[in-house]
Amino acid sequence: MVRVIVPSFLRTLARITGEVELEVEPPVTPRSVLDSLEARYPALRGTIRDHVTKERRPLVRYYACSEDFSTEPADTRLPDDVACGKEPFLVVASIAGG
Amino acid sequence: MKIRVLVGTKKGAFILTSDGKRKAWKVSGPLFHGWEVYHMAGSPADPNRIYASQTSGWFGQVIQRSSDGGKTWETPGGGPQTGPDGMPHGESNKFVYEGKVGEHLFYDGSMKPWQFKRVWHLEPDLKDADTCWAGVEDAALFKTTDGGRTWKELPSLRTHATAPKWMPGAGGLCLHTIVLDKVVPKRMFVAISAAGAFRSDDAGQSWRPINNGLKNDYLPDKNAEVGFCVHRIAQHPAKPDVLYMQLHGGVLKTEDGGAEWKNIEKGLPDNFGFPIVIDTNEPDTVFVIPIDPMKGRIPPEGKLRVYRTKDGGRSWKPMTKGLPQEHCYVDVLRDAMSVDAMDPCGVYFGTSGGQVYHSADGGGSWNAIVRDLPYVLSVSVQTIK
Repeated sequence: MVRVIVPSFLRTLARITGEVELEVEPPVTPRSVLDSLEARYPALRGTIRDHVTKERRPLVRYYACSEDFSTEPADTRLPDDVACGKEPFLVVASIAGG
Repeated sequence: MKIRVLVGTKKGAFILTSDGKRKAWKVSGPLFHGWEVYHMAGSPADPNRIYASQTSGWFGQVIQRSSDGGKTWETPGGGPQTGPDGMPHGESNKFVYEGKVGEHLFYDGSMKPWQFKRVWHLEPDLKDADTCWAGVEDAALFKTTDGGRTWKELPSLRTHATAPKWMPGAGGLCLHTIVLDKVVPKRMFVAISAAGAFRSDDAGQSWRPINNGLKNDYLPDKNAEVGFCVHRIAQHPAKPDVLYMQLHGGVLKTEDGGAEWKNIEKGLPDNFGFPIVIDTNEPDTVFVIPIDPMKGRIPPEGKLRVYRTKDGGRSWKPMTKGLPQEHCYVDVLRDAMSVDAMDPCGVYFGTSGGQVYHSADGGGSWNAIVRDLPYVLSVSVQTIK
C-alpha cells in the first residue's frame, strides 16, 4: 500500500479527504504511483502531468523521504519506505510568486 | 422571471441572482476556490446547464458542468466511469490538437509550436445543451457533443493558411470570441488575438479571415489579411449581417457579414477598450467602455463611462449615472460585459476592482450589485422564464 498526499486544490477537485492509499504493483515509481492515482481519480488527469506526454507540469513537484524526485526519470524506484507505506509520496504545488 | 449573472474571477466564480425587477440581488460563491475562472456560460437550450472554464498556472485546465443551475458541479469526464477498454474516461479537461501541430509567429520573430494553455471562452450550442464550443489558447476551436466529457478540435481554423502569421497578443494567442449565428444556419464567427476575425459558413469546417477595413499601426503591411488584435465582436439576430467590433484601437461595424468594416469611433473619448455588447431589444443600440491604453489601461480621466449609441454608431453618449466619475482606475475585460433579455434591456459588467455593475434601464443608470469580488474576468447573463 502506497500513501499519496496531493495539494489541497486537487483534493477539492477530486473530492479526496486526507491521504490517498493505493495498491501499486512493484516497482513503485513516480509513474506507477501517478498511473494508479489517476485511475482511481480520473479528475486528476492532466492536472499533475500532461494528458498526452505524461510530463510533469512545471509548477508541480514530487517529494518522498525528504528527497526531490521531480526531475528524476519517471521510472526511478521510490524508497522502500514509500513502497511499504511508511512514508507518503508527496505531490506538491511549488511556490511561485511573492 | 429570473436573472442569473455568472461571474468568473481570478479567484473563483460567483453567481448573482435576482427576479425580473433586478433590484434585490443574492450573491453566492465563491465556487472553485482559488482557481481562475475565465468564463462561465449557460445553455440557451437548458438554463440549468452551465459550463465553466476553471484554470490554474499550477494544475492546468478543468471543465466544470452544472445541470441544476449552478447548485452543484461536476467534472463531467472525471467521475468513476469506465469506457469499453475498462479504463476511466477522465477527459473533460483533455484538449489535444488534431493532427500535426504547426508553428506560429512569436513576439521576437521566431516560430513557436502550438501549445494548449487554457479555455478562454465557452459558447453553448443554441439548441443542444450537451453541445458546447470552446475557444482556447493557443488559438483553436474545440467542441463537445457529450456535455463536456470529451472535446474534439475542429482543426481547419488552426491549420488555416494564414495561421503561421498569427502572433500572441499581450494575453496570449487566444481564441476569445465565438458568435453562433441565430439566423443563418451553420454560420459562425470567431475572433483571435492577435490574428483577427474569421467567418465560417459550414459550422466550423472551413474558415476565412474577415478583416478588410481594419487598421493597425503595429504591422508593416497596412493591408494585411491577418495580424489584428480584435478584442470582441457582437451580432444581433434582428440584423444578422451587421456585426460590431471592439478592436485594439478602433470601434468598427460591418453591414455585410464581415466583407468590409467601417470605423464608427467618432465621439468616443478613446478608441481602445475590450467588450462590446448590443441591446437585446434594439439592434442599433450598442455599448462600449472606452479605456486609455497609454496610461495603463484605465478609464480616460479616471471616469468610468459606458458609451451608448442608439443609431448604429453614428453618435455616442456617455452613460455615467451611478458610475464613479473621479479616481476610478479599473479595467473591464472583453468577456466581462453582457446583457439580459428583459425589456428594457439590462446591461452588466465587471471590473478589475471586483465591482459588478448593472443597469436595468438600458444604460440610463447604474448600480453595483457587489463591490469587492476578486478581479473579474467574465460576466455572462441568463434570463430564465
